[in-house]
Amino acid sequence: MTERIFPAEIDELAAVIAFLEEELDKAEASPKLVVTLSVALEELFVNVAHYAYPDSKGTAKIEIDTSGDSVVIRLTDSGIPFDPLAKPDPDVTESAEKRKIGGLGIYMVKKSMDSISYQRQDGKNILTISKRK
Amino acid sequence: MEIVKKREGDKLTLALSGRLDTLTAPQLEAVIKNELDGAKELELDLKDLIYVSSAGLRVFLMGHKTMSKIGSMSLSNVCDDIKEVLTITGFADIFTIK
Repeated sequence: MTERIFPAEIDELAAVIAFLEEELDKAEASPKLVVTLSVALEELFVNVAHYAYPDSKGTAKIEIDTSGDSVVIRLTDSGIPFDPLAKPDPDVTESAEKRKIGGLGIYMVKKSMDSISYQRQDGKNILTISKRK
Repeated sequence: MEIVKKREGDKLTLALSGRLDTLTAPQLEAVIKNELDGAKELELDLKDLIYVSSAGLRVFLMGHKTMSKIGSMSLSNVCDDIKEVLTITGFADIFTIK
């Protein structure tokens, strides 16, 4: 398991994805898995960068574990309580005119991962996703 | 991400390569908003695009809405991974995929 701490800012996204790719490279993950996990981590990290620290600057810790049958990624922030899983799923059958984009990122993560969970613990938001190798 | 523009009459093709993500989606949005130059048909060629996040889908939807008023928009050379994302999110039923 490897962990790294990033400023919770959109501009850090490229560094976050580079970290993930580095870890997945070491684990010889397939290109498809790399893309799927990159999209998922982008959505989660961007969410934290947008919402976790409305009045201050903060950080997000990313832990990546590639040792088991699944890749497990855990994202922890000390921002305001925010459970992205509590939001209802967007209606993906709406017409173009009515389609709303809010919530789509988390929906994509839910659909593409084998598991996703949220915990609020000791003043921290902890999101964990996993995907079989 | 790189965007290569090709103009043929009323048709504008934008060939996208690399990653369409939170950081690069604004580039595509700017081209669609400001550089259509009267094109009535917009084709987004995704042959060399490896990655689309929700930020990219938002721009596709914006482009679709913009173009449906004046002509049409289509996506071409969509790889299986991106097709899957479009299907999951319901956009496969909205966009014209060539």
